[in-house]
Amino acid sequence: MLELKQISMHYGAGSGRIEVLQDISLQVKQGEFAAVIGPSGCGKSTLFKLIGGLLQPTAGEIWLEGKDITGKAGHISYVPQQNTLFPWRSVESNAALALEVAGTPKEAALAEARTWLPRIGLSGYDKAYPETLSGGMQQRVSFLRALLSPQELMCLDEPFGALDALTRAEMQQWLLDIWEEHRRSVLLVTHSIEEALFLADRVYVLSPKPARIVQEITVPFARPRTAQTMTMPEFVALRQQIHALLGAR
Amino acid sequence: MLNARRVLFKAGPPLLAVLILLLAWEVYVTAYDVEAWLLPAPTAILREAVNSWPRVKMHTLATLQIAVAGFALGTGVGLVLAVALHSAFPALRQALYPLIILSQNIPIIALAPLLVVWFGFGILPKVLIIALMCFFPILIAALQGLDYPDPAMLDYLHMIGAKRSQIFWMLELPNSLPHVFSGLKVSATYSMMGAVISEWLGAQKGLGVYMRLSAASFRTDRVFVSIGVIVVLSLLFFASIAYLGKKLVRWNNRREGN
Repeated sequence: MLELKQISMHYGAGSGRIEVLQDISLQVKQGEFAAVIGPSGCGKSTLFKLIGGLLQPTAGEIWLEGKDITGKAGHISYVPQQNTLFPWRSVESNAALALEVAGTPKEAALAEARTWLPRIGLSGYDKAYPETLSGGMQQRVSFLRALLSPQELMCLDEPFGALDALTRAEMQQWLLDIWEEHRRSVLLVTHSIEEALFLADRVYVLSPKPARIVQEITVPFARPRTAQTMTMPEFVALRQQIHALLGAR
Repeated sequence: MLNARRVLFKAGPPLLAVLILLLAWEVYVTAYDVEAWLLPAPTAILREAVNSWPRVKMHTLATLQIAVAGFALGTGVGLVLAVALHSAFPALRQALYPLIILSQNIPIIALAPLLVVWFGFGILPKVLIIALMCFFPILIAALQGLDYPDPAMLDYLHMIGAKRSQIFWMLELPNSLPHVFSGLKVSATYSMMGAVISEWLGAQKGLGVYMRLSAASFRTDRVFVSIGVIVVLSLLFFASIAYLGKKLVRWNNRREGN
């Protein structure tokens, strides 16, 4: 379980001081899909840099599986917003990267990656290079890279933000299917209300900068979810509720 | 088929320009009856090249030998130094960097006699001059690639807990390869130039020697033969590095859309 305890973060000092996060407390339980939603520029990327250990919070603690990991890197698996596949690595070798970093021998990591490629709809692309793939395919490789890594908690930083609407919807369904099968703990950051409601068990709504949690919403829809879920009256009602929360300021 | 056409399309205009230049040169020399010691016609130069080929070949091989040796030494040192400076403490790096820049400000003409005094008339001082000219472009290029990988990729590796050495081998080193090849191309050109210059300053054989002796005896045609050989060798050297780079750094070609 991931737990953020009263995390605050600011950059700079004195009159140039910028408050980014204010007293953020949230949890991702074992096997839970949690989402954080907030307006653009509310400090969501900072949140991941804190959880990932790249930054030290100005106040508060981050705990994972009963251990204090504040400011410590290497405890999460991560799907970044931009395409960070390594252009000199083939698809299989990119997918195996996180395993390699964790110390798995190269050949074993590659073999593991190869067995997975057909399951993410990329059979036959083992030796292809990332540039030859479409944006959606690249993001699937990036996701597989995180899925294969041994760290239990997956952090997804607007993983579909750069994709067109159609591909995005396809990828959400794809992610949902994979997740419902494997049930890893997931923390998704997004600014799409539909995406958060469709995928997550629990949604945290953030305010604009400095970001605070304005509401925690438990998403009631049963799994497996499909495109029909999005047309249910409760879904529409929740969407409007979050919309109002985000637009209130 | 398509490839051959593309090559022709790319190589056509520069080849045509050179041909026109040579033709104009030939016409000028014939029309105004220019003395051969002043400016020989391209055909006369070609004739001389064929006639004196055995001797030219001997000199060419000597020059090529020191050029390749100097290039290998210079780029080797440049690469090792780049990795060392990249991994060194910032203070050490700040201490060494001005010295390295300084090494490029020493006039070769001033340095060469000193090297001869220190290392004799053998191959070593010449190779050192060439190496001195070659190590700098590759060092700067490699450092650029090692120091500035994609920040998002770097963040990613940090976040998943990659160690310093993993970041070097997985990200920084491959990221520097395209830069290294740019540096190698510059160094390859410098190495031929450096070889000829070092031979001017004292050697028994080599194109630099041949060129100087020919000029002293007003055999301008032979000077041009040496120039021609140097130009062709430089181009070949450059092209083979470029080819090797394309083979090894495939991801970059694709990004450029070639």
